[in-house]
Amino acid sequence: MTIFIDILSALFLAGGAFFCLVGGIGLVRMPDFYTRMHGASVTETLGAGFMLIGLILQAGLTLVAVKLAMIGLLILFASPTATHALAKAALRSGLKPQLGKQPSDDEVTPSKP
Amino acid sequence: MVRSLTTLIGLFLFWLLLSGMFVPFLLAAGLGSAIAVVMFTRRLDIIAAEATPTYLNWFKFVAYCPWLIKEIMVAAWDVTKRILHPKMPISPTMVEFSPSQTTDTGLVIHANSITLTPGTISVEVERGRFLVHALSREGGASLAGSEMDSRCTSLERH
Repeated sequence: MTIFIDILSALFLAGGAFFCLVGGIGLVRMPDFYTRMHGASVTETLGAGFMLIGLILQAGLTLVAVKLAMIGLLILFASPTATHALAKAALRSGLKPQLGKQPSDDEVTPSKP
Repeated sequence: MVRSLTTLIGLFLFWLLLSGMFVPFLLAAGLGSAIAVVMFTRRLDIIAAEATPTYLNWFKFVAYCPWLIKEIMVAAWDVTKRILHPKMPISPTMVEFSPSQTTDTGLVIHANSITLTPGTISVEVERGRFLVHALSREGGASLAGSEMDSRCTSLERH
């Protein structure tokens, strides 16, 4: 039974590592500030989430697992708030996002504060 | 008073979970700390109504969480494919739309859900106006009147 949990946990840890790596690659490849943040959000959701699930499986039914779940909850609340604050601050200080190649009507250019 | 009491109970349970040691001294220290924090927050008058969101439909909220996790996974996989694609097929868009929530809690849940979903970031949040940066035009176009919007509205209880 423990071997199954170990394998499952290893799969989650490997998946988490993969998505953290993808987030890092996205951070490097993306063209501007706002799109780079989209790359980072893969790391903070699936990357961190799978890592935590893998670690919870390792911990078993202990208080450590509860603490890890709390860290996950904290990430789910804190990371969107931080991302939003960062994006809003960038827009307020006049950093224009690079928009898609063919502009269409549904796009809005952000108003200058 | 009810809010202070729920805050006290919540803080003490938090202490118990983090300490995990049930010796009398640490239990007393935890209770003392919880009481002190409640007294501080009362003196600062910062126990907000959101501390006990009784106006949230908790049954629907419990159902909302797994749905949001599923959405996050789908969106994260989409962003992953875009990042790893050799040509990187992104078309960054700014979308402005009007969310249907009326309470602060509803708006916060909706805006946080948008930002938590990879590929979309809520940049400006006001009552009746969201400005969202989306990684792809498809992601941006699907925001107004989305299932997320109606689900967040159904979480509200007046």
